[in-house]
Amino acid sequence: MIKMNDVYKKYSNGVVAANGITIDIDRGEFVYVVGPSGAGKSTFIKMMYREESPTSGQIFIDGTDLGSLKNKQIPYLRRQIGVVFQDFKLLPKLSVYENVAFALEVIEETPAEIRKKVTDVLALVGLSQKARMFPNELSGGEQQRVSIARSIVNEPKLVIADEPTGNLDPDTSLGIMNIFEKINNRGTTIIMATHNKDIVNKIRHRVLLVEGGMITRDEYEGEYSYEG
Amino acid sequence: MKARTLGRHFRESFKSLGRNGWMTFASISAVAVTLLLVGSFIVMMMNLNKMADNIENDVEIKVVADAAASDAAVKELQEKVESIDGVASVEYASREEELDKVIKQYGKELALYKQSNPLGDALYVKAADPHNTAEIAKEIDTYEYTAEVVYGAGKVEKLFNVVKISRNVGLILILALLFTAMFLISNTIRLTIIARGREIEIMKLVGATNSFVRIPFILEGIWLGILGSIIPITAISIAYQQIYAYWQPKLVNEMFQLLKPMPFILQVDGLLLFMGVFIGVWGSLMSVRKFLKV
Ligand SMILES: Nc1ncnc2c1ncn2[C@@H]1O[C@H](COP(=O)(O)OP(=O)(O)OP(=O)(O)O)[C@@H](O)[C@H]1O
Ligand SMILES: [Mg+2]
Repeated sequence: MIKMNDVYKKYSNGVVAANGITIDIDRGEFVYVVGPSGAGKSTFIKMMYREESPTSGQIFIDGTDLGSLKNKQIPYLRRQIGVVFQDFKLLPKLSVYENVAFALEVIEETPAEIRKKVTDVLALVGLSQKARMFPNELSGGEQQRVSIARSIVNEPKLVIADEPTGNLDPDTSLGIMNIFEKINNRGTTIIMATHNKDIVNKIRHRVLLVEGGMITRDEYEGEYSYEG
Repeated sequence: MKARTLGRHFRESFKSLGRNGWMTFASISAVAVTLLLVGSFIVMMMNLNKMADNIENDVEIKVVADAAASDAAVKELQEKVESIDGVASVEYASREEELDKVIKQYGKELALYKQSNPLGDALYVKAADPHNTAEIAKEIDTYEYTAEVVYGAGKVEKLFNVVKISRNVGLILILALLFTAMFLISNTIRLTIIARGREIEIMKLVGATNSFVRIPFILEGIWLGILGSIIPITAISIAYQQIYAYWQPKLVNEMFQLLKPMPFILQVDGLLLFMGVFIGVWGSLMSVRKFLKV
């Protein structure tokens, strides 16, 4: 599903955030990306949907070489990937329902499809009752769930989440993990950057440890622990 | 694109006009002021052009044949002149006709010259392109039976220069004004877009194509252009008809005629509308460009 080959990323300010990453992630896997702040987790993730592009090296998503992708094709890459952003990226003027529907309008789904899919996904994340509310009327965990609903409403093959449980209490975090488990069981590949030690150690999956822009540990059924 | 999507784009563009009321007003004003100036310039330029054309077309060369030349010699001279490249027409006037003209102009006393007419036959020559007048005159001057060639020498060239310079200055002014307006509008719209930068970013990240993001802005630009051109179009149409009604009867001289309001004013209006829409669209595309690089 995801293949990286000696990927190197240097930002314009000189920071090297990916320093020779080579990785292979299969379809249907659930992968945690852990590591200290500033290690390059978000950068690693952003390169998958081309929010950032690598300075050198190759990235393949589902067999597509992102390096050979033309600007015009990027939207179609992104439609296959659901992204849960570290800062949610919800539109304050739109209701919960509209925020989720927005992702489908943009890709020109029919109104009937939109209605059905949004209703289903809001039920899945447990927000059916709050569909008409606005983001500022929701708790952090609820906003997080709207963001997740939006990322999966189009039934992507790959869901990427950047700290989806950041700043949430343990119960809410578990609730969110439940959603990810559910869609993972449907065959969706999940990549999740996280600082949440409890979750990583409790719900075991493959763990990639990123330090200084490099993957220094790659373990199936891994643990959170790292030095520093 | 699907009709449904187009409907969405229309709704979005109208919503945005309403939401950014103050900016909308500023943009429309910028377009209106510019088009008012540009429109006035165009009206003046076109009339100046018409005048210049009238004057240009009026430039003719008067060739006076030798008083001593025989009818056959004058005929030969006329044929020679007619065969010059770039000569459009040659009109013959006999020495008697010439004298009649002089008498008519300067008084009956001159009628006594009818006894022994001092004038030669004359040829009135028009060049196909008035700019070649000087060259043709020079050529004719070298012919055997030519006594004199008259064509308002320096004056004509000077006139051409004045017309040319004012045309160029006008054109530069119009272009400068248009650029200023585009700049103003793109800045105004940019201010409204910064607030929407987040929305655009999210659209792009969830897989919107650039054209999907752009089209509402293009439409918004079109509305701004149309709204901005209403006032100048109305003002110029009314003003020109008033001016024409007032001045035209007083301008009897053939050289200084104003252009008839129809269809001239309609053409100017169309041009203004087109420019308004162009400025609006260009301005909004410029301002949205930066945000598409997500
Ligand atoms: N757009 C950018 N321009 C310049 N430098 C950047 C940019 N984004 C990230 N960096 C730098 O790259 C390095 C890696 O950042 P990244 O966001 O990938 O870290 P992270 O592992 O996600 O951290 P956190 O756990 O705090 O989210 C950091 O040193 C950061 O300062
Ligand atoms: Mg990060």
